[in-house]
Amino acid sequence: MVSGGVLCAIGLVAVIGPWISPNEYLTADFNNILRSPAFADGHVFGTDDLGRDLFVRTMMGVQVTFAVAIVASIVSLVIGVLYGATAGFVGGRVDAVMMRLVDTLYAMPFIFFVILLLVVFERNFLLIFVAIGAINWLDMARIVRGQTLSLREREFVQAAQLLGVSTPKIILRHIAPNLIGVVIVYVTLTIPQAILIESFLSFLGLGVQEPQTSLGKLVNDGTDQMEGAAWLLLIPATLLAVILLCFNFLGDGMRDLFDSRRSE
Amino acid sequence: MLRYTLRRLLGAIPTLFLVIVLAFLLVHAAPGGPFDDERALPAEIEANIAAAYHLDEPLPLQFLRYLGGVVRGDFGPSYSYRDYTVSELIGRSFPVSLQLGVLAMLLAAVTGVSLGVVAALRPNTALDKIVMGVAMTGISIPVFVIAPLLVLLLAVQLQWLPASWTGSESSSRLLLPVISLALPQIAYIARLTRASLIEVLSSDFIRTARAQGLGTAAIVRYHALKPAMLPVLSYMGPAVAAVLTGSVVVEEIFGIPGLGQLFVRGSLNRDYTLVLGVVIFYAALIVLLNLIVDLLYGAIDPRIRRR
Repeated sequence: MVSGGVLCAIGLVAVIGPWISPNEYLTADFNNILRSPAFADGHVFGTDDLGRDLFVRTMMGVQVTFAVAIVASIVSLVIGVLYGATAGFVGGRVDAVMMRLVDTLYAMPFIFFVILLLVVFERNFLLIFVAIGAINWLDMARIVRGQTLSLREREFVQAAQLLGVSTPKIILRHIAPNLIGVVIVYVTLTIPQAILIESFLSFLGLGVQEPQTSLGKLVNDGTDQMEGAAWLLLIPATLLAVILLCFNFLGDGMRDLFDSRRSE
Repeated sequence: MLRYTLRRLLGAIPTLFLVIVLAFLLVHAAPGGPFDDERALPAEIEANIAAAYHLDEPLPLQFLRYLGGVVRGDFGPSYSYRDYTVSELIGRSFPVSLQLGVLAMLLAAVTGVSLGVVAALRPNTALDKIVMGVAMTGISIPVFVIAPLLVLLLAVQLQWLPASWTGSESSSRLLLPVISLALPQIAYIARLTRASLIEVLSSDFIRTARAQGLGTAAIVRYHALKPAMLPVLSYMGPAVAAVLTGSVVVEEIFGIPGLGQLFVRGSLNRDYTLVLGVVIFYAALIVLLNLIVDLLYGAIDPRIRRR
């Protein structure tokens, strides 16, 4: 609960902050290069080596981080639910082949494939989203399949089948809506993974490109400057850690909540 | 046991094949060729280069040629390091990463299990809560945040340890990278050990042992620890993969000339053959280590082999 509140607060500040701050995102203030954090001169988090305001940059980074997390989760959700529900509902040999493929994919070092993808194609924002989502759907597919197996035997599904509703329609209309509970819990658990991968890529210089920024990239920039200007590392690093910690706690909490309900 | 081993070994082959096919196709789907330059080359020279690298052949033939090379450990020439083959580059940088990874895994296993046992023996006390709180934080904070923070604290502020690889020759330069790599794994292993040991300690055969008058130390050492280690052991596969990815970051931060740094440099230089080779090498390594973990698991727990 607390972690949910903290996340909301961070999100809210990230959206409103840059808007009310007197400093622009890209403008370099050459009179205030590498200024340490101080409330007095308007640079609350200080400035970087080009005189850009760190508060606004950090908040833009948070926005990118959240955007990546949301889009990647939606991608993994759509693929995972459709794949898992299809495998579970159709069953039999199709199910065996589909889940065997998931098992094989599990053993692959996906992060290296994402890097390969980013090397081969031009680095663009959308590709990063899709690539991260494409990694994260495996867990979702497994869980959804398990749930679908039990849903398949329920009366309302059999009723739909008797009425001659087509298989794709049953999956979309009758199976998918009943999976929402499980799915939401696991989405909360995949969000921190997505954030982690995005910041990992940005940290290596393979993620978002200048002038855009993200928390991972800010941490990387801060690492170069840490001997003279530690705040450039400390502020984005702390923020990233807090966000990840909150999502993990939230996911754990929701899973406990969900599991205890199911066991009753 | 032999049949089990063979079955697992055969199961690894399709995975590796899929990795090679996917990686190969991805690289060949790249727009433009590796020798496209701003300066247009005469058509004959382009044809010569294409012939020298077999780029003029149809894709299936190129793939078979590459696959044949990979099986013999030959990943072809590197595009950006012109005088080296990819295999030479991997061979030169892998030992450094291996040393780093092995030390980090050892540190993680020993510290993680010890912390987990300590927490499990006193569940819900202040000590347990502190250990688990720290572990949760350790899991949430990524390596590329921990490593710079450790450098800032221990190398820049306190000046206890060298901050970079090249600045020092002593083995103390290993310390910070190894700790940064091991910390998240220590956290995971501690949590796993705690959860599984608590479960084992509440089972019937432990109660029997206690009723027969065995002390806690003997119970943990002779009866509880072995079954409690099974989930930890099955985590070792993912742990190794995480340490490998982590080492990409750590090598970049500390300037260590290992496989991870080679991979990042290759990616930034768009050295297709190098990146392709390293991806396949990493994949083979992970599949191999997972296999070893599975076999160990089967050796410890006979129930697994029968499935």
